[in-house]
Amino acid sequence: MTNTRPVSTGERLARGGIYAILIAAALVYLLPLAVMLLTSVKTLDDIRTGNILSLPVEIVFDAWHKAWSNACTGVSCNGVSGFFWNSFQIVIPAVLISTFVGALNGYALTKWRFKGSELFFALMLFGCFIPFQVVLLPMAQTLGYVGLANTTTGLVFVHVVYGIAFTTLFFRNFYVGIPNELVLAAKLDGAGFFTIFWRILLPVSAPIIVVCIIWQFTQIWNDFLFGVVFSGQDTKPITVALNNLVNTTTGVKEYNVDMAAAIIAALPTLVVYVAAGKYFVRGLTAGAVKG
Amino acid sequence: MSALEINKVFKDYGKVRVLKDINISIDSGEFLILVGPSGCGKSTLMNAIAGLDDITAGEIRIGGDDVTHRSPKDRDIAMVFQSYALYPSMSVRENIAFGLEMRKVAKTERDQEVERVAKMLQIEHLLDRKPAQLSGGQRQRVAMGRALARKPKIYLFDEPLSNLDAKLRVEMRTEIKKLHQRLGTTIVYVTHDQIEAMTLADRIAVMKDGVVLQLDSPQNIYDNPVNMFVAGFMGSPAMNFIKAPLVKLDQGYGVSLTNQAGDTYALPVPQAKQGSLDGWLNKEVILGLRPEQITHVMPHRQSEPFCHTLPCRVEVAEPTGADTLIEIFFNGQEVDARIEPRSQAPVGQVMELMLDMSKAVLFNPETQDRLA
Repeated sequence: MTNTRPVSTGERLARGGIYAILIAAALVYLLPLAVMLLTSVKTLDDIRTGNILSLPVEIVFDAWHKAWSNACTGVSCNGVSGFFWNSFQIVIPAVLISTFVGALNGYALTKWRFKGSELFFALMLFGCFIPFQVVLLPMAQTLGYVGLANTTTGLVFVHVVYGIAFTTLFFRNFYVGIPNELVLAAKLDGAGFFTIFWRILLPVSAPIIVVCIIWQFTQIWNDFLFGVVFSGQDTKPITVALNNLVNTTTGVKEYNVDMAAAIIAALPTLVVYVAAGKYFVRGLTAGAVKG
Repeated sequence: MSALEINKVFKDYGKVRVLKDINISIDSGEFLILVGPSGCGKSTLMNAIAGLDDITAGEIRIGGDDVTHRSPKDRDIAMVFQSYALYPSMSVRENIAFGLEMRKVAKTERDQEVERVAKMLQIEHLLDRKPAQLSGGQRQRVAMGRALARKPKIYLFDEPLSNLDAKLRVEMRTEIKKLHQRLGTTIVYVTHDQIEAMTLADRIAVMKDGVVLQLDSPQNIYDNPVNMFVAGFMGSPAMNFIKAPLVKLDQGYGVSLTNQAGDTYALPVPQAKQGSLDGWLNKEVILGLRPEQITHVMPHRQSEPFCHTLPCRVEVAEPTGADTLIEIFFNGQEVDARIEPRSQAPVGQVMELMLDMSKAVLFNPETQDRLA
């Protein structure tokens, strides 16, 4: 203990102040989640008699059950479970395809530069700034032409197209930091375009793949606009179903069911963040400092 | 047959001409070093040989075959990169075997080849490690192992030692030299380190601004540089360039040197080197004299025809251990001399120095080209 020195009262106070502010900020951010969780396990009577922050008199999971299997979303009353799986059917292929194409694009744009590849990349970046609303009508027409309107495949296609701009940006910036000499050495060893990609580049891309998957998963899972416009009756994603559930106006307003459904809708992205969050930060900062 | 022939090679990047009429031919088993300051085009030339860069005009032949338009993998070459470029996700074994695998060599044969190379480079115990778990010197060995595994016609080394610390660099230098002597391989080696060039090469190509200034054996480059650039680039500490008037002496031409005391000495230039000096009488030329040609007085050499002794004041002394570099002045210009440490006079005092003019060279002060 050679480095300890007495901590003055002023320092203690300052440290205490910082913690107080941080805790307060954390509480503010956690409050909505707490309210949702509390409300979702209350009975309707409990909700009506207590206030928004009061603890449940008894904890019941009826609302969760109802939200999952027999709440009404529009005309049908089968809960959100079917739409929950719809969302997975959209998100998983869309994330995988857009990540893969982004990786291939990033690889080609950094390691096999061609005349105009920088311009190509710059134009591609525009894709990141195009608002969803702008592409709605042309995309609807395109999907109609190719016969993919109102299908899961069509929605996957839309998300892939929209996501490629971001995934390309991620992978391009990651691969720029990988020495070109690796690719040259592989070329001399006799490897071709795809062999170099599979054997040399992809195995070192884990951090950026994680970033891409988290980003794309969140974006596509949380998407509402494309979902509401391009899905059919049976292919709606959960975000659309949640909206329909909350906006169904017959009978009493069941706040507990609404809250349970909202948490169910948010759960997968939460799980992804908790499971891979630290890789996300690591991946974003990878390449900044060479290891 | 030449292992490598480079004929009239030009390379332009846009409007910038980075290689100008390169002509080099080396024999099988020869160790060629391309040396020059950064930006001289040596790496571009190496990439052109490897096929990683297209050339604008000219022809490159490897083992007699015209490979100018062949892709890198079809040129039968292997390259060691400055950054080693080891595949980070593969073990050392896989790194060495990758090139063989790409060339569809059978697994058993690959394993044998990896063992052979690993044994030769003493990296057998590292075969299952990843590059990140290796030290700089070990990575360097693996990079060489990867090149050696394929037994190509030519090995290309692109500044392979510049990422190592000074001690390791000297060790690996010796190792590369031994390897070359043992295997008799043809090597083209790029470096900006003139000591590496001197120690390793059979022949050196000194490059500047995309031109090969001189292609010759290390000793010839050192003793008979074609111009002041080559003379100044090779050798450390660098050759002294002293502006001095050319004077007529009984036995031919000489140069006039004035020491710090103001005394002037006329030192004859060897007859053999006087061919083209006629127009330069009483004009200023540049005398090139390496530091080791200005030494303490060695009695046994004093009688040699071109050794002269003259008194000089020691201005600065820099001991290096083996010998001491002292700074003196001739004709008002700084000159380095290399003397034996015990014979050094204290700084500020005058000591007798011996100048060996037999290896002196003269340059044209305007064009910087060699006069004699």
